[in-house]
Amino acid sequence: MPEILKLDNVSRRFGGLYALRDVTLGIDSGEILGLIGPNGAGKTTLVNVVTAVTPATSGRVAFAGEDITRVKSYQAARRGLSRTFQVVQPFPEMSALDNVAAAAAFSRPGTSLHAARDAAREHLAFVGLEGMAGQSAATLTLAMRKRLELAKALAMRPRLLFLDEVNAGLNTAEVERATGLIHQIAKSGVTIVMIEHLMKVVLNVCTRIAVLHNGALIANGAPRDVIKDSAVIEAYLGQQYARRHGHG
Amino acid sequence: MKRSDLILIVLVLCLAALPLAGGAYTLRLGTMAAMSCILALSWNVIGGFAGYPSFAAAAFFGLGAYTTGILLGYKVPLWLSLPIAAGLSFALAGLLGAVLLRLRGHYFAIASLALVEVLREIVNHATDLTGGGMGLNIPVTAGTDIMADARFFFYAMWLVLLVTTIAVIAVSSSRLGFGLSCIRQNEAASQMVGLNTTLYKSIAFGLSACFVGAAGGVYAAWVHYIDPTDVFDILYSVKPIVMALIGGLGSSLGVMIGALLYLVLEEVVWRNYIQFHSAVLGALIIALLLFLPHGLTSLRGGLLLRRLRGA
Amino acid sequence: MLAAQVLINALVLGCLYACIAIGFSLVWGVLNVINLAHGSFIVLGAYGAWWLYHAFGIAPWYALAIVAPLFFVFGYAIQRSILNQVIAAPVLVTLTMTFGLDLLLNNVMIYFFTADFRKLTLSPPVGSLSFGGVVVPVDRLIALVLALALTFALYVILRRSRTGRAIVAVRLDRDAATLMGVDVKSIYAIAFGIGAVMAGCAGVLMALIFPISPLVSTAYLTKAFVVCVLGGLGSVSGALAGGLLLALIEGVGSVLFGPALATTLSFVLLIVFLVVRPQGLMGRKGFE
Repeated sequence: MPEILKLDNVSRRFGGLYALRDVTLGIDSGEILGLIGPNGAGKTTLVNVVTAVTPATSGRVAFAGEDITRVKSYQAARRGLSRTFQVVQPFPEMSALDNVAAAAAFSRPGTSLHAARDAAREHLAFVGLEGMAGQSAATLTLAMRKRLELAKALAMRPRLLFLDEVNAGLNTAEVERATGLIHQIAKSGVTIVMIEHLMKVVLNVCTRIAVLHNGALIANGAPRDVIKDSAVIEAYLGQQYARRHGHG
Repeated sequence: MKRSDLILIVLVLCLAALPLAGGAYTLRLGTMAAMSCILALSWNVIGGFAGYPSFAAAAFFGLGAYTTGILLGYKVPLWLSLPIAAGLSFALAGLLGAVLLRLRGHYFAIASLALVEVLREIVNHATDLTGGGMGLNIPVTAGTDIMADARFFFYAMWLVLLVTTIAVIAVSSSRLGFGLSCIRQNEAASQMVGLNTTLYKSIAFGLSACFVGAAGGVYAAWVHYIDPTDVFDILYSVKPIVMALIGGLGSSLGVMIGALLYLVLEEVVWRNYIQFHSAVLGALIIALLLFLPHGLTSLRGGLLLRRLRGA
Repeated sequence: MLAAQVLINALVLGCLYACIAIGFSLVWGVLNVINLAHGSFIVLGAYGAWWLYHAFGIAPWYALAIVAPLFFVFGYAIQRSILNQVIAAPVLVTLTMTFGLDLLLNNVMIYFFTADFRKLTLSPPVGSLSFGGVVVPVDRLIALVLALALTFALYVILRRSRTGRAIVAVRLDRDAATLMGVDVKSIYAIAFGIGAVMAGCAGVLMALIFPISPLVSTAYLTKAFVVCVLGGLGSVSGALAGGLLLALIEGVGSVLFGPALATTLSFVLLIVFLVVRPQGLMGRKGFE
């Protein structure tokens, strides 16, 4: 399968601190890649670098064969890279419909507002929010706002979709519902990279797993192999060990 | 078109009938009213739609006034000078906006305030072109008859207001207006959905400047004499904000009503307390913000009463 | 010799600028309020000094002891009665509010003192000192010493006193400070009171050197702006660094380009600094 995203020796430094260190990673078209690692491992930074929220300090990012290392985030969005945020980012005063319509309208210059609202209705229906179309985003529950975020990301007709902890803060039923949606999105041909803490979801959904630890990529492969990898176990156990003793 | 936009247009059209009603004094008031509305509606594009607290209006008012004044001095007709003044204001604001609008909150407010000072200083020092602190005399453009003069400049200002109103309505119902609303509510998220925020903000800043520039141009031709402290007066920046705050931020109709109300208040204060004119104005501003935090919209649903009881 | 004179002038002026800006900076940093009436506060302080001297013969350096407590009460009352009501409102509201306050105060001063410039003239005159060709007027020297003393006093209060620590805590993290049991509203009022004291005292020092008029309030306000942006917000060291830098730029600028362009230069610099380094020389990022 062709590679849709390629990171070449990508680093991101904040002051003297490396949030990402020489990460080289390829993502194939059609994959569902699970990006895991302890807190502060650099997962969100990686998504931020690719979506041009925080540009890479060094290294190169290529999307569909084109260098996107220096593009602005709105340009990345228009090329078909879309994402959800760990902390949801709605336009609070707008209706759910207009939230999604904004994504449809601005990700493709030339889309009329009318056409964008039509498309938005479909995407809201897909995530099951058609009943909430007229409600302002600020009044939705967290689970609904997460689904709204997903509808927004989908309205941009992405080729590559980053899901940053879409399940955090959801209950079991809600997680199951979200997982179903992710499967459906993948089936429609969108490549997915998901940051996820729930191992059950990762093992259920992902075709491959990449593990970050202290900003470096320490493992990358099939889910069953990766979770047996000694470096991965150490990274997680080490943290748990520290946590136990930090609280003791 | 929304109903409030329709009312707005009707209001502006009604204003055009003013010369039928009164003499030179009424026309002077009417011209001031049209000018205030232009300033307030323009400010609302950057301050209300996009949420950037700009204090730059005086900079572009002065720029427009001086551009027009100088062009008129070179025998360029008024109908040509005004679009040039507006275009120059748009271009300068658009370019500066690309840089200044990277700042947020207080920092943007200060930078826009500093812009007024910088332009004033530049005009002050470019003595050859502007006459510097001595001011600039502007050749009379209308007839010699006082009433004809008053009527001419009223309609000139009113025409600028009409264009401003149409432009503002067009913006609010377009992609641009939608995008600005996104930027106000969540700028980071706007970028992530593919919105070129720098471009949109620059256009908004340009639009908020160009009609103000044209208004400054009409003003200069109207009063026949300008100097830097007069047309780069920071009050031209602050008054539109107060007007918009009276009307409740965001809605063009509200802002326009706010502008008219403010003008009535100011006129009353001027007449009765000339020595304490700005003190009363200051007190009014404070009282307004304390008791009507959302402008006239706070009068709805007894919010004012609750506020009074709470304070 | 010229260079030495320019440097000395800049040093004196810089410390005065720091003194002008420090209260403004404190209020901005702690309350996130830009006090557009700060310039008028300074002028009011200057009138205080003028009046005390010409009516009662109280020298400006003693006048500080009278002006300071009065201004604290004045500032505290304004914050308690007016500003605290809108403290959580958007930037625009607090800005407009303090602008209204400025209009009010300035108009009242024009009514009582007229817009004419008046000068506090010490009798007998204090003359000036000369160090090998570099001339320093003694009144400026006195103002310099007092400015440094005031600045240092504020530094000590913020560093050492319980209230001072609470002010700093509120500046760094208001929510955490609330959780620690700090009464934020009262800290706001105290901080605004201190800001007013610094403005009033700066006014007294200005009266020693410059003519007084309500018309110069904007000039003081803009100096305070520029100093804060150059040096960074809310810290004593930032105000000092910003004040010295501004004075130096103005001094060197007026030698190179003439005094007329010095103000323009400082404003251009202000805008450049805002865009390139909004946290200032000494400040940290993240305060809007």
